Amino acid sequence: MTTRRSFLKIGVAGALLLAAGGAAYRWSQPAAAPHKFILDHEALAVLVAVIPAMLGPVLPADAAARAVAVQAAAGRVRDAILGLPTATQKEVQDLFGLLSLGPARRLLVGVSGGWAQAEPRQVEAFLQSWRTHRLQALQVAYLALHDLIFGAWYADPATWASIGYPGPLQELAA
Amino acid sequence: MSAIPDPIQAGLAAGWRVTDCAQLSSDSTLEADVVIVGSGAGGGVTAEILALSGLRVIIVEEGALKSSKDFKMREAQAYPALYQESAARKTRDKGINILQGRTVGGSTTVNWTSSFRTPDITLAYWNRHFGLKDYTPDALAPWFGMMEQRLHITDWPAPPNENNDLLRRGAARLNIPTALIRRNVNGCWNLGYCGMGCPTNAKQSMLITTIPSALRHGATLLTRARAERLVINGDKAAQLDCVALDAAGLSPTGRRLTLRAKHYVLAGGAINTPALLLRSTAPDPHDLLGKRTFLHPTVISAALFEQRVDGYAGAPQTVYSDHFLHNDRIDGPMGYKLEAPPLHPLLLSTTMAGFGAQHAAMMQQFPHVHALLALLRDGFHADAPGGSVALSAGGAPVLDYPIGDFIWDGARRALLTMAEIQFAAGARTVTPVHEAAPAYSSWAQAKAGINGLPFKLLATRVVSAHVMGGCAMADDERQGVTSGDGRYLGLANVSVHDGSLFPTSIGANPQLSIYGIVARLASALAQELTGKPAARPAAA
Repeated sequence: MTTRRSFLKIGVAGALLLAAGGAAYRWSQPAAAPHKFILDHEALAVLVAVIPAMLGPVLPADAAARAVAVQAAAGRVRDAILGLPTATQKEVQDLFGLLSLGPARRLLVGVSGGWAQAEPRQVEAFLQSWRTHRLQALQVAYLALHDLIFGAWYADPATWASIGYPGPLQELAA
Repeated sequence: MSAIPDPIQAGLAAGWRVTDCAQLSSDSTLEADVVIVGSGAGGGVTAEILALSGLRVIIVEEGALKSSKDFKMREAQAYPALYQESAARKTRDKGINILQGRTVGGSTTVNWTSSFRTPDITLAYWNRHFGLKDYTPDALAPWFGMMEQRLHITDWPAPPNENNDLLRRGAARLNIPTALIRRNVNGCWNLGYCGMGCPTNAKQSMLITTIPSALRHGATLLTRARAERLVINGDKAAQLDCVALDAAGLSPTGRRLTLRAKHYVLAGGAINTPALLLRSTAPDPHDLLGKRTFLHPTVISAALFEQRVDGYAGAPQTVYSDHFLHNDRIDGPMGYKLEAPPLHPLLLSTTMAGFGAQHAAMMQQFPHVHALLALLRDGFHADAPGGSVALSAGGAPVLDYPIGDFIWDGARRALLTMAEIQFAAGARTVTPVHEAAPAYSSWAQAKAGINGLPFKLLATRVVSAHVMGGCAMADDERQGVTSGDGRYLGLANVSVHDGSLFPTSIGANPQLSIYGIVARLASALAQELTGKPAARPAAA
């Protein structure tokens, strides 16, 4: 397994891999790639691993309820992405494509097995290192995940009671 | 069902000429006296004055026509429906997030109603450095006065909400003067949801004032129509080519519109107007088009208070301080204006740095969160020259806005000021919005901490809601692409009527600057096109 230390040392090699990974991902797609973002199996696996690390203790503790909440949040992330310009949707698709590629996941992310096997601590370490990485592309990717996941979570009225937000005036919001 | 009367639905029922171009099944060619691109502050004011003056007007809007029946005060619906790029428009390096409207009424449909005349010192700078001799406080006063009356811009009688009052109280303890913000509202319910479209039609946005007035006077409104390029023939625009967008506003449907007019007014905002002119390969002999784009780069300071702040409730912006705009020369170290932003869950949670337990702990305190923002006044110093708009391969605008040490110095001083004010107001903790900033528990700790933070791209959260410049006015073509009367140099029948005209940033929320300045430009244009004095709009 790639350790966090070796992961942080990657630097230039990582940047090249990031570029190559994005290109490889695009080449692997059909020529007439759809314009709209698709939450495919691989992208969903990334989200299911990243959402709990991003949201932390706001998710329910009960395993079954937690799984339902994560799946629902992933769906709302997809909906938020579908509201972005198509060029941005493609950038987000490329990000998930890159995160799904084995070599990128191992070297850049530090997750050696599949996302489904990633330990929560590994995912947290991945988020923290991209958050502070000297490569701007990785910081941008972290911020994209941050904004998409938090935005989708707190946009949901079901979460408002947990933060003491009463929501808009019922009579006008109906 | 809401009992709020909806003037847009009533107008449509009464036969307004409005075409949702997403529904077009064939290409179309239309003619008018004047085509106006954009329905925000600049386009709305222009449309009303020209239509009242008897001119046949077509208004082209990329967004959709939404109205109070659609405004349900939910961020998840409002941002994709009413903002450019779902309220996530960004600069090229993604270092600055930009809030800009994209709907009928433009940003005025979603702004926070703060109304300031253009500061005298800004106009004096324009006189001195850009030769704009007609831009004096006295010369503009009647136009500001007319638009203040038209849009009910008056003192706000209700007390500030706690989020704003904490700015007033904290500043007072430090002997920093504050004042109250005037607002363009009529019968406001003091709800706090201005940023999601006013659900009670109290906000006097273009959506419910000038645009309906223009439509009552025979104007045509095309929605979901994107202005692609002016076809230029010699020194004139011969036609405007537009593409129809789908209902979601994301993709062209394949239907096209050709618009022909005697005159074209561009008012798509300071990113889209320069981009349209760039796509049209408009004359630009001195390489100034799309240059000097200003943002009022904005930094944010969050704090936690013992008492409830309820930053989502009540008029969003009612208190401000210009103290730090005036304690140095306008072209000295960067000055900043202090205000409070409204706090809603989606915008706050995405704005606040960090993740996991740290982020959750802050959100748990949501009703106790207070925030201040500082608008950095760009464009007055050689080291704050603004950004530039260019075109992507697909023709979409891309704004590049580098942030250098001069601006970071302003950001640091602004975060220090805001933390000091928040502690003076009684904050338990203060957290500058920065990836490396913890929650500080005293002013001494914050002062040392903020002075030690690395100020750099992506680490420091920088946002903007005020895009200006890119088609600067000047009396010398080596300094600007438009003249002081808003005419595009080198194109006899093209005017620019939006914030892109400004040769610097304003140093205040810009809506009233656009209303007043454009009212004068549009009145002169109406007189030129009709040979009669322009009609004077009045509040309904």
